[in-house]
Amino acid sequence: MRARAAGWLVLVLMGACDGATDAEGRPLAAVRVSAAASLTDAFGELVTAFERATPGAFVVLNLAGSSALREQILAGAPVDVFASASSANMQRLVEAGKVSGEPGSFVRNRLQIAVPSGNPAEVTGLADLAREGLLIGLCAEGVPCGDFARQALERAGVTPSPDTYEPNVRALLTKVAAGELDAGIVYASEVGSSDGVDGVTIPEQHNVVAAYPIAVLADAPNSEGAASFVAYVLSDAGRAILLRHGFAAP
Amino acid sequence: MSGGRRVQRIPAVLLGLGVLGLAVFVLPLIGLLARTPWRELPSLLGAGVVSDAIGLSLVASLGATAVSAVLGVPLAWLLARVEFPGRALVRGLVLLPLVLPPVVGGAALLFALGRRGLFGAPLEQATGLVLPFSTWGVVVATTFVAMPFLVITVEAALRSLDPRFEAAAASLGAGPWTVLRRVTLPLIAPALASGLALTWARALGEFGATITFAGNLPGRTQTLPLAVYVALESDRDTAVALSLVMVAVSLAVLVALRERWWKAL
Amino acid sequence: MEGFVSSAQQARSQAAPGLDAHLEVSRGSGFGLELRLATPPGRTIALLGPNGAGKSTAVSALAGLLPLEGGRIALGGRTLDDPAAGVFVPPEQRRIGVVFQDYVLFPHLTVAQNVGFGLRSRGEPRTAATAKVRDWLCRFGLEELCERKPGDLSGGQAQRVALARALVTEPELLLLDEPLAALDVTTRVRLRHSLADHLAQFSGPRLLITHDPTEAFLLADEIHVIENGAIVQVGSADDIRLRPRTPYIADLAGSNLLVGSAAGGTLSVGNHQLHIADTRVEGAALATLHPRAISLHRQRPEGSPRNAWETRVARCEHYGDRVRLQVAEPLPLVVEVTPDAERELGLAVGASVWVSIKATEIGVEPG
Repeated sequence: MRARAAGWLVLVLMGACDGATDAEGRPLAAVRVSAAASLTDAFGELVTAFERATPGAFVVLNLAGSSALREQILAGAPVDVFASASSANMQRLVEAGKVSGEPGSFVRNRLQIAVPSGNPAEVTGLADLAREGLLIGLCAEGVPCGDFARQALERAGVTPSPDTYEPNVRALLTKVAAGELDAGIVYASEVGSSDGVDGVTIPEQHNVVAAYPIAVLADAPNSEGAASFVAYVLSDAGRAILLRHGFAAP
Repeated sequence: MSGGRRVQRIPAVLLGLGVLGLAVFVLPLIGLLARTPWRELPSLLGAGVVSDAIGLSLVASLGATAVSAVLGVPLAWLLARVEFPGRALVRGLVLLPLVLPPVVGGAALLFALGRRGLFGAPLEQATGLVLPFSTWGVVVATTFVAMPFLVITVEAALRSLDPRFEAAAASLGAGPWTVLRRVTLPLIAPALASGLALTWARALGEFGATITFAGNLPGRTQTLPLAVYVALESDRDTAVALSLVMVAVSLAVLVALRERWWKAL
Repeated sequence: MEGFVSSAQQARSQAAPGLDAHLEVSRGSGFGLELRLATPPGRTIALLGPNGAGKSTAVSALAGLLPLEGGRIALGGRTLDDPAAGVFVPPEQRRIGVVFQDYVLFPHLTVAQNVGFGLRSRGEPRTAATAKVRDWLCRFGLEELCERKPGDLSGGQAQRVALARALVTEPELLLLDEPLAALDVTTRVRLRHSLADHLAQFSGPRLLITHDPTEAFLLADEIHVIENGAIVQVGSADDIRLRPRTPYIADLAGSNLLVGSAAGGTLSVGNHQLHIADTRVEGAALATLHPRAISLHRQRPEGSPRNAWETRVARCEHYGDRVRLQVAEPLPLVVEVTPDAERELGLAVGASVWVSIKATEIGVEPG
């Protein structure tokens, strides 16, 4: 009962987009997609392309940190497709029986250090994230970006002195772009698509590759539309868009 | 008063709607209590992150309340007693944080007082003080959202105060400062206290402006509401335990104050 | 109770004549106040007028709560307010003791703290202040009430506390703003007497603001009548009563006020006996009798009025459509008639005439 109620809440949050109709005036079935925040720009373009390519389709995009999205789905939100930034989150849903079929990996993402344009603090690598005088930001624990960042830092043997744990990668990026933070660990895709932010590469041996899984959910209200969307994402056209936004092929 | 008890007839519609209204407040509380892992509660509450959050919340909320009092009472006095051009606009500005989404407030604070902010940049140059991502930043963000409560309560009390008390005090030889200290403030004390209580309660629950301006770091800026938000995604049980602490503390203080000070509200 | 004159006060009152005020204030919506007041030490001056006449404005200006626009206020030779010379002494530095309407005692302080407020505010050390406060509380019979809060006091007790509070600071002027207005009739009469006693003991100038003519008549040595922001008449109680200059004064204050003693339905004023309707009043009494309630006749009148006697017209004055006559022995009274009646009865100074008054027209109260 409670889960259902939470689900309804998410429905409301997604907006009353149900009023859309096709050329004959028949109501279009919305495809509800919950996608990780780091996919904001890429999926934005992808959704427009999909709607153009598939007449009669219309997508409602819900963007947030993957862990938050995972919780919403576990609470019963009526979602058709889940695109996560981490396999761990998807795995939790699989274990809970929320996923229909097998999730497929559609892109990979690497981590990169984001610094404000011009790199005022002269950050050159992960070791700089331990400098006391700098303001460093990481994603919060449980958010995929944050977990991956921790892994990378461990591999590099660096103990960071973070000044904030942001709830999602977009929030972190905004603060770096504003110059309020000297550095933060985000996805490479984010750095490419943001103004005001430069990237500092993390060497391969320390870097963490995140495979982004996408899946149709078991309780999807519109499983047809969901399957069609996932297919588009995995298609060449979809991949081209994603690669253009800085993601790596799966 | 002596006499028989009067039987009170309560209209059914009023009772029904009133109970529904009560449900708005009670149901979420019941949900929270039902979800509480009672057996693990003591160990959960003993965790470092919990005590950090509680400590920080208390420090920040009390600090914000103190700053609100020191700056808010004079501001309320000016608004109530001095007729200056643009007073209505100033009052609107003071009340703005009440209407503004806290996150918007936090963003505005960042633009003003952040390291690259309009006033924050020179501040850092001059004093080396960086407000974002510091505990002081939490106090600033919290004061921003909570101070309006103090200002409105005190201003209202000052307006409704019979001006003859201050006139009488002056005629007896009390200078303006003495009048304030010995007559005005004691007479508005109940309203001041309830204003402080409201301010403190709002400060304790502040989230949006804090996370946007001060960031989120356990032990430095992660107050109870931030800790709950973060825990919700990784550790449900801790989230519930923290929520319970907030509810318990807030309820205790508000109920305790109700007896003496709310009649002034 | 003994009189009170401090040496400082003596020195001050000898230095210059009390209050000398010329007030010019305008207070929005076209209302303007312009009046002159001089209150020498040891005298009680009353400022009498209807509500809205400008009395409260005058009080505020004198107390320093409202700055003057023109004119000058001087007290004990010291200028308190002089716009032309750019002098303005703030209220806390004027040495004016004010007794407000409703007394305005501080509700959060005890009686002792209220009385001591002025001393402590002026920096008097605690021990000295406590001693003075105790002294004054005793003078007013308030020792047992010193720890009470104003909310627990009766009207009379509150008045005494207000007076003590104003007097303890040894002010140069005592200003009483409608001190009896908020009381019910019986209390008012009782407190009027005690107020008269207390006023007599303050040797400085005293200014009484009131809208009640009886109060002005009984408490003041000199009455200034104020209407629409200006003084319209100055004089003793008799002057005001017997020779009112304006219709307002005539209506309200130009009434006959008789002082005598009552017993069983009879009021004795001097050697004259009057029948009165109120049989309950016993002892010292005050009676008011409106000039229009008195009838004049050429011969002994018949009919119900219980009071009738022959007298002669001593004085005659015309005010537009009214005529005010003063009749002489055995009881001088002011009578108001129409010009027609005056003509018909052939009323002129010296003419003999019969006076008749219904017992019910005589308002009596314990005095």
